[in-house]
Amino acid sequence: MINRIFLFLILGAVAVLGAGAIEGEAVKQALNIPAIVMFVIFVGATLGITYWAAKRTKSAKDFYTAGGGITGFQNGMAIAGDYMSAASFLGISGLVYLNGYDGLIYSIGFLVGWPIILFMIAEPLRNLGKYTFADVASYRLRQTPIRILAASGSIATVILYLIAQMVGSGKLIQLLFGLQYEVAVIIVGVLMILYVTFGGMLATTWVQIIKAFLLLSGATFMAVAVMAHYNFNFGELFAHATELKGIEIMSPGGLVSDPISAISLAVALIFGVAGLPHILMRFFTVSDAKEARKSVFYATGFIGYFYFLTFIIGFGAIVMVFQNPQYLDVAKQAISGGAPILGGNNMAAIHLSHAVGGDFFLGFISAVAFATILAVVSGLTLAGASAISHDLYASVIKKGQVDSITEMKVSKVATVGLGIVAIIMGIAFEQQNIAFVVGLAFAIAASANFPILFLSMYWRGLTTRGAVIGGSLGLGTAVLLVILGPIVWVDILGNAEAIFPYKYPALFSVIVAFVGTYIFSITDKSQGAKDEAEAFEAQYIRAQTGIGAEGASEH
Amino acid sequence: MKKEMVEKIKNDPNYQELISKRSKFAITLTIIMLVVYFAFILVIAFDPALFGTPLSSDSVTTLGIPVGIGVIVFAFILTGIYTKRANSEFDDLNNKIKDSIKDL
Repeated sequence: MINRIFLFLILGAVAVLGAGAIEGEAVKQALNIPAIVMFVIFVGATLGITYWAAKRTKSAKDFYTAGGGITGFQNGMAIAGDYMSAASFLGISGLVYLNGYDGLIYSIGFLVGWPIILFMIAEPLRNLGKYTFADVASYRLRQTPIRILAASGSIATVILYLIAQMVGSGKLIQLLFGLQYEVAVIIVGVLMILYVTFGGMLATTWVQIIKAFLLLSGATFMAVAVMAHYNFNFGELFAHATELKGIEIMSPGGLVSDPISAISLAVALIFGVAGLPHILMRFFTVSDAKEARKSVFYATGFIGYFYFLTFIIGFGAIVMVFQNPQYLDVAKQAISGGAPILGGNNMAAIHLSHAVGGDFFLGFISAVAFATILAVVSGLTLAGASAISHDLYASVIKKGQVDSITEMKVSKVATVGLGIVAIIMGIAFEQQNIAFVVGLAFAIAASANFPILFLSMYWRGLTTRGAVIGGSLGLGTAVLLVILGPIVWVDILGNAEAIFPYKYPALFSVIVAFVGTYIFSITDKSQGAKDEAEAFEAQYIRAQTGIGAEGASEH
Repeated sequence: MKKEMVEKIKNDPNYQELISKRSKFAITLTIIMLVVYFAFILVIAFDPALFGTPLSSDSVTTLGIPVGIGVIVFAFILTGIYTKRANSEFDDLNNKIKDSIKDL
């Protein structure tokens, strides 16, 4: 039966893609045959994996954590895959293409959170948690209020991130494959629902690993091809690039304008990563703390290497795309004085792939970009679905009195629901300015999820009251400051001046969360607060030693 | 976890050694990473021209390039140092603790 469903779905996907390609011609996009062929191969292979994973996904543990048997290396690759989204591949190489050095500053900010996660979070998270980070936060606190808070933070982060990914994917696929925007969004949504509902974490992890491998291989090829032109000498590459774009691309520019913004962005990135539910969830897929540490080590290596490649790719685009009329929108030259790149700066890496590898390689990179979006939205949806099923349904509504099979069914229903929400949001936000959503997602992760998680692991004095009030204050402050800040208040709502002058609220909202949690914890003199402090010792021992921790499942 | 087990582990010298060594190590590495990163960011915020200095008079490569790449490599090396020590020395201590409570 499952076989038939799959055959039907694969044929359906092929048919939809084929039809889309024809429509693509109608909107005057070049028919990107190699890209479509390679993407269909990718979809076929990943649906095959999903079929394989579906047969192995029998319990809630399998569904949420792939049975807990993923190795450190595999998980490192999957974490890196979660982090290397299409936005970071195209966005950072586009930023390097546009501003040179500033792109590197940005990518370093995204990387430095990882060592901190390893030193502070990874081990206790693995030792205390089961399926979601709320397991850890609520370990010795009252289940209902803490689960509701953690699930709200998770779902808010996931939905904001999904909106950004869906809108980005629709536009990218429209450009690369010539598909209609709505068709592209629906394909992404439907494939994601299939991967997650049938294959759970096992399929999601392997889709992510394969995509990370393809992306790293493709990016390596591009970087090597660029460097080969310059005898593998960075000096020659930079010299040529500065001849074209001026010496300023070699120095810090306007990206980091004032110290407060710089520090606030850094806080959002470092603490935000440690509060992203789809990243935290990956730590439950490995067997123990040892593998969890290895995961971060490999992930940091892959991510660092990837940022190094995007830096070369950005400079490669400067020397190979910037003055090549084939990739420029010459029609716009008369108006602005300089010809912008076709499709915007984020297309720099895509055009470079054509410049170094022709139509075939352009097709490969386009297919990889599509695959990247699919893999990232799958991970996000699974994290959102587990917050709904494990935290809200099983723990809050059913008070833990639910069997694993029912819980898994609820999470599958939640996955389908989130997938539909993602499709609707993706279509609704097509014409909206969504520049704020990823920043807001990071701000919420840093200000609501991270402080509660961190304090629950390390601070004996944390009480339910402190966590709920502090976490809510952090969440509220982050949302409020983003609304009052320059991006929403001025750019979107059209007011003359922002009430809150900084683009990134994290510095302020994280402080509010920590201070609020502290004050409302130490003033909590209830019996419950005393019991919670008393339970800390046992929790700390388990966090540090792994005694009593969840192991891998038997099969 | 049973109360007697908590008491036993808490008083185990191996446990005390593990906690004190690992906490110190993790906090030290965290501080090193934060100092390196914030130094990098604050130079950019207060004295961007410093990173714009060419490495030599006939080169366009600026000081900021090796420093920036260096921060990435440094972050990776720190994760390697922690993982290596934790997976050997700290896990050995941890295994001793686990052995000591087998009978409980």
